Amino acid sequence: MGNPLEAVGRTVLVQVRTMGRMAIFLGSTALWTVLPPLKFRRIVGQLHFIGVKSSSIILLTAAFSGMVLGLQGYYTLRKFGSEALLGPAVGLTLIRELGPVLAALMVAARAGSASAAEIGIMRITEQIDALEAMAVNPMKYLVVPKVVAGLIALPLLTAIFDVVGIFGGYLVGVEMLGVSAGTYFSEMRNMVEMSDIRGGFLKSLSFGLIVTWVCTYKGFYTGYGAEGVGKATTEAVVLSSVLVLVWNYFMTALLF
Amino acid sequence: MKRLTMDTLVGLFVVVGIAALAWLSIRLGKLEVIGDRGYTITAEFDSVAGLKNGAVVEIAGVEVGRVKAIGLDRYRARVAMSINPSIKLQDDSIVSIRTKGLIGEKYVRITPGGSDMIVQPGGKLRDTEDPIDIEQLISNYIFGKL
Repeated sequence: MGNPLEAVGRTVLVQVRTMGRMAIFLGSTALWTVLPPLKFRRIVGQLHFIGVKSSSIILLTAAFSGMVLGLQGYYTLRKFGSEALLGPAVGLTLIRELGPVLAALMVAARAGSASAAEIGIMRITEQIDALEAMAVNPMKYLVVPKVVAGLIALPLLTAIFDVVGIFGGYLVGVEMLGVSAGTYFSEMRNMVEMSDIRGGFLKSLSFGLIVTWVCTYKGFYTGYGAEGVGKATTEAVVLSSVLVLVWNYFMTALLF
Repeated sequence: MKRLTMDTLVGLFVVVGIAALAWLSIRLGKLEVIGDRGYTITAEFDSVAGLKNGAVVEIAGVEVGRVKAIGLDRYRARVAMSINPSIKLQDDSIVSIRTKGLIGEKYVRITPGGSDMIVQPGGKLRDTEDPIDIEQLISNYIFGKL
């Protein structure tokens, strides 16, 4: 038990120590990314895993997000007689917020959890120690390819998400509900600025870093046994999703 | 063979992703990739309240260019517009700032003139009309300064 002050102090110390370890992990990842040689084939493999294999779920979620935005936007805007603004409403929502955030959450749930579990199992079965014994740097071999692939894949997935979502909104708004196709796209073109697209791009870039960083960290410092890996995987997905949502708020406050 | 298909898929993914990004930037973000093909003309106004960079320039309701820059020159607003090269403007054309609908966005309307002199690229149109200030009109009406 001990006294409550001690418990508070210990919790704070553990949290501070975790934050410090995560920061050092990020720093050494960055260092090993810029130091040659770059494991190019590993990066392509991870791009396949994070990017290509996530694209089907991204297409599905994007289409339905765009469609529901079209539906909700139409019924809300109709109250003010401004259905013409459906295009900008769908486009701006997707480009600024939903595209980057939902793509990041999907990647965290699909690729992030698998990465954490993969590295976690390598840790508990001492494969990481074996890599070190063979003078293969595990940071460079395991972590850097995933982080670099995340930084490349997430902006691309977000762009695909935005485009598919916009056409999903088009499907519902124009084909089903009868907004004119010209209005939908020309109003969107008038309202969407390059700064919106740049903002969404920067967001997705930072989310790519957050998701891969948190997930590889959680796997790298997993607890013992099967239970530990399970816990690390859960923590990886929860922490990266929460960080994405919190960081999204600050990005929006800074950028727009 | 397996590695080849993986490479192909990654290549396809990257190409599709970049294509999506390019579509967003060029179609929606109005990013000028091939450079600005239009020629520039300027006009001075007493006020351009509400006009933004990238606003549409129209003749008879047809888009012929966009507003490129808005600056201040001796306490008058100076608007630079990029005009489609196939459009020739007479030097007595009237440039006015109008509003789409009652609360819509501001755009620039050019009413062609009858002069034989064509404005050269980089030239200046002298006949301008300021935007109508609805608040000013209402207050004039209320306080009887019509």
